[in-house]
Amino acid sequence: MKIVVCVNHVPDTEARIKIGADGKGIDKSGITYILNPYDEIAVEQGLRLKEKFGGEVIAISLGGESNKETLRKTLAMGADKAILLKDESDRDSFSVAKALSDNLKEINSDIILFGKQSIDFDNSQLPGLVAEMLNLPSVSVVVKLEIENNQVVCEREIEGGHEKVESRLPVVLSVQKGLCEPRYPSLKGIMAAKTKLIEEKPVISNSKKVEIVSLRLPASKGTGKIVGTEPTAAKELVRLLHEEAKII
Amino acid sequence: MKILAFAEQREGKFKKTAFEVTKAAREIAEKLNAELVTLVVGSGIEQMSAELGGFGATRVVVVDDPRLMYYSTTAYTKIVAEVAKKENVSVIFFPASQLGKDLAPRVSVKLDAGVAADCVSLKVENGEIVAARPIFAGKVISEVKILSDFKIFTLRPNVFTAGSSNGSRANVEKVSVELDKADFAAKAVETKVAVSRPDVTEASIIVSGGRGMKAPENFKLIEGLADVLGAGVGASRAVVDSNWRPHDEQVGQTGKTVAPNLYIACGISGAIQHLAGMSSSKCIVAINKDKDAPIFQVADYGIVADAIETLPLLTQEIKDLLSK
Repeated sequence: MKIVVCVNHVPDTEARIKIGADGKGIDKSGITYILNPYDEIAVEQGLRLKEKFGGEVIAISLGGESNKETLRKTLAMGADKAILLKDESDRDSFSVAKALSDNLKEINSDIILFGKQSIDFDNSQLPGLVAEMLNLPSVSVVVKLEIENNQVVCEREIEGGHEKVESRLPVVLSVQKGLCEPRYPSLKGIMAAKTKLIEEKPVISNSKKVEIVSLRLPASKGTGKIVGTEPTAAKELVRLLHEEAKII
Repeated sequence: MKILAFAEQREGKFKKTAFEVTKAAREIAEKLNAELVTLVVGSGIEQMSAELGGFGATRVVVVDDPRLMYYSTTAYTKIVAEVAKKENVSVIFFPASQLGKDLAPRVSVKLDAGVAADCVSLKVENGEIVAARPIFAGKVISEVKILSDFKIFTLRPNVFTAGSSNGSRANVEKVSVELDKADFAAKAVETKVAVSRPDVTEASIIVSGGRGMKAPENFKLIEGLADVLGAGVGASRAVVDSNWRPHDEQVGQTGKTVAPNLYIACGISGAIQHLAGMSSSKCIVAINKDKDAPIFQVADYGIVADAIETLPLLTQEIKDLLSK
């Protein structure tokens, strides 16, 4: 089974995001970057499929030189190969998807895995875009996965519950927390990853369809009211919610 | 100019987002002097669709087919793209629900459209739609416009207000789209939905708990208050990672971003990734015994006390109020 995992290199969840000088991008100084947490689950799922069915896991990422750290992590976890689509221009989801699918066409994989969302720009679009560009079925926000006889049976998260979805292979899946717990790279894995080659490929086209006009920080709320310092303040709180905030 | 609003239904019942999206699309249509058509896809949905008239729809197109009882990514993509082409629309509004987020990118490829995802506000400037969308789970707001001729927007649930129906009925037209087996390459075959409590992304009130609840069994107090209020139950990453609560309750940057009318944070200190996910709630109540907890910086009302001791009193007070 040929498994491709698409991964992104994103600011850590603890990062305080500052807006850059041009007002359209973020100030990257002082930020720690990590393998996108949902993509980490996708890597783990890819490795488990390889362990069960054999084959190889290829990690692919689009971005600058620093994305190699994230690709290196996927190799340390156990991926066989890593590809960097080297490009640092501003892109929207559509143009990233175009670059990915142009390359994925040549790989001919059985399964393409994504995290359900990248925690930087929160678009949740790449899996659907890539699937449609490659004319493949897709299932998003997968929390349970079984593959048997070329048939995929998943559970995807929907509001208040789950939906059982069947699909054929090849398929594009986007994965959600709860599917599996990502492994820590072993020391052996980390050492081995250092010597594995990361293949670099240039990306030329950029067919951006969405433009950022400006970025701003959300309006900060004024300091609230401390209603009390004893549990009995609950009574006053309920009065305020009812009479002042008029919410209950 | 013509705009399409996608009204989501599940198992023959409109989701609240159907009304929110219809109403928001109507408002934009008026500003752009555009025509609005609303689309409903499903099985046995023709009858109920006139109801959308109460939220600004005048003309509703339905694709009603027994094979569409459950969602199919591939079939829905084909239907929306074909209807959009036939109707000659140039803008589509979807809900940013699990269905809308799944569908919009696929449809965008068919129509060569840019997508502004998960928008929280829309405005018209010089005849162009400018959308605001939170990024980094709400740490930053991004204003975007779409450059392509065809434009798609997905609207975050619970943010655009639908209000109540004005009672009008819309004209409903049934149209058919040719579907064959290949169009159902990915298809839902069953849904399992717990009816007991609303999902955090849809709930108008959320009661949420963190480490300060001290043990998983103490979440009974959270659930008790939630049930009195008809609220959803949320959780911090710390308690989800400790397996005290299921991951679908997690609020924050690696969980769900929520915007209820009322968010009650119990024993949650307010890590930056949690605050990002809930600070756009309209009213925030924090109960925490640490007066320096960051959650108090975003709270409208705070009680500096142990959440476990406070919750039973709070639940009782609310019960008393609601029974009046």
